[in-house]
Amino acid sequence: MRIYVPNSGWIQNIGGVFEAFDPTNPFALTVDFHQRWISVHPAVLAMTACAGLLVRHNGGTVQSDVPGVRSLPYLIRLGLFEFLGVDPGRQITEHEAAGRFVPLTQIQNNAELRSTITDLVPLLHAPLEVAAPIKYVFSEMVRNVLEHSKSPVGAVVCAQYFRRSNRISIGIADAGIGVLGSMRRFHPVTTSRDAIGLALRPGISGATARIGGNEFNAGAGLFFTKSIAALSRNYFLIYSGDAAFKLMKLREDQQLILNADPGLDRHRIFDSIPAWPGTVVGIDINVHEGKNFADLLDKIRSAYSIDVKAQKKAYYKRARFT
Amino acid sequence: MRVSVFEIASDFAEDKDTAAKVRDAEIKPALEQGKSVILDFTGVDLTTQSFIHAMISDILRTRGEEVLDSIEFKGCRPGVQGIIETVIQYSLETLEEDGAEVVSG
Repeated sequence: MRIYVPNSGWIQNIGGVFEAFDPTNPFALTVDFHQRWISVHPAVLAMTACAGLLVRHNGGTVQSDVPGVRSLPYLIRLGLFEFLGVDPGRQITEHEAAGRFVPLTQIQNNAELRSTITDLVPLLHAPLEVAAPIKYVFSEMVRNVLEHSKSPVGAVVCAQYFRRSNRISIGIADAGIGVLGSMRRFHPVTTSRDAIGLALRPGISGATARIGGNEFNAGAGLFFTKSIAALSRNYFLIYSGDAAFKLMKLREDQQLILNADPGLDRHRIFDSIPAWPGTVVGIDINVHEGKNFADLLDKIRSAYSIDVKAQKKAYYKRARFT
Repeated sequence: MRVSVFEIASDFAEDKDTAAKVRDAEIKPALEQGKSVILDFTGVDLTTQSFIHAMISDILRTRGEEVLDSIEFKGCRPGVQGIIETVIQYSLETLEEDGAEVVSG
């Protein structure tokens, strides 16, 4: 495997990361870095760290041209070189990480997920409207990994909070069976592209053929996560196998509609790209003081009903809230 | 019968294993005995759709819309209420779609 960490690798220009990825030979990983400034999405870092874990899990070797660039201390503090098992060649003074990022973290079970979520709040030193989306996305996406992916290294998560632009970027990567491997157990899909399209629809679960899911899985986690990005008019990315779906950013003057069919979203599909052996999810969310994340979740209800069945009756109105 | 969601799942109710255990060990038996159930979300700041689904979706699908008369959702913040309403809505819509028989009692 070979991964190139570019000087700029965000969801808006993620194509370069895909093109430079070489998935051949799961027993050797080479990580090359742009030799000047590096600024990449947490999903790129999570993917790189996850590849390191996978190759080392396979008993293989990792090598890297550790860069002498200004971003090196940042990559060290995020923990990237520990995941790669590579000595970065220098040590840094660990400053308090509070308020800016959640370092790369491996999660292999429920207890580790719980502990990561609990540690996240004091780590970020951020208000609820910042912590809540990260907690929500970590929980839903990592539980997907733990329940469905069969990833031998679990999930790798990472998040960054950009205070000045009020933006949160979150990345989750695993090295499991991928969306196609999960979806085709119960659904007639044969390509990663089609499997991703199906998985993004509300009510379609990899755990059952039944529309609406079973008693434990609703098939809604990815739809909610994509909708969270859409409602904040920002990017969402899912990359699995040889395909990726990217939800495009909406300008303030463009009409915001939550679509049950991802094909109706303003999006870009990447097809026949170098195959990631698992799934990578990236999301950007704008946070605004005073805007409650929970209110945002509330807006998803009307969209959810559309695909499962055209809404005939407002059943939820019968529920008693006191 | 009252279930304090905060006590079993903290201020961020996301552990769906816990939700499923409470569903099977407490909520279902109480409803089968004809008792009312109060799901008390006081102190819960945030929950996930997966948690609420694991807690109530199967109950709604097996017992139908009428079971809502026996369940009270207490102390819900707006976002928590929104997620509960979402799960109620799609669970009962898909029940209708399945044409499943509803358990009474």
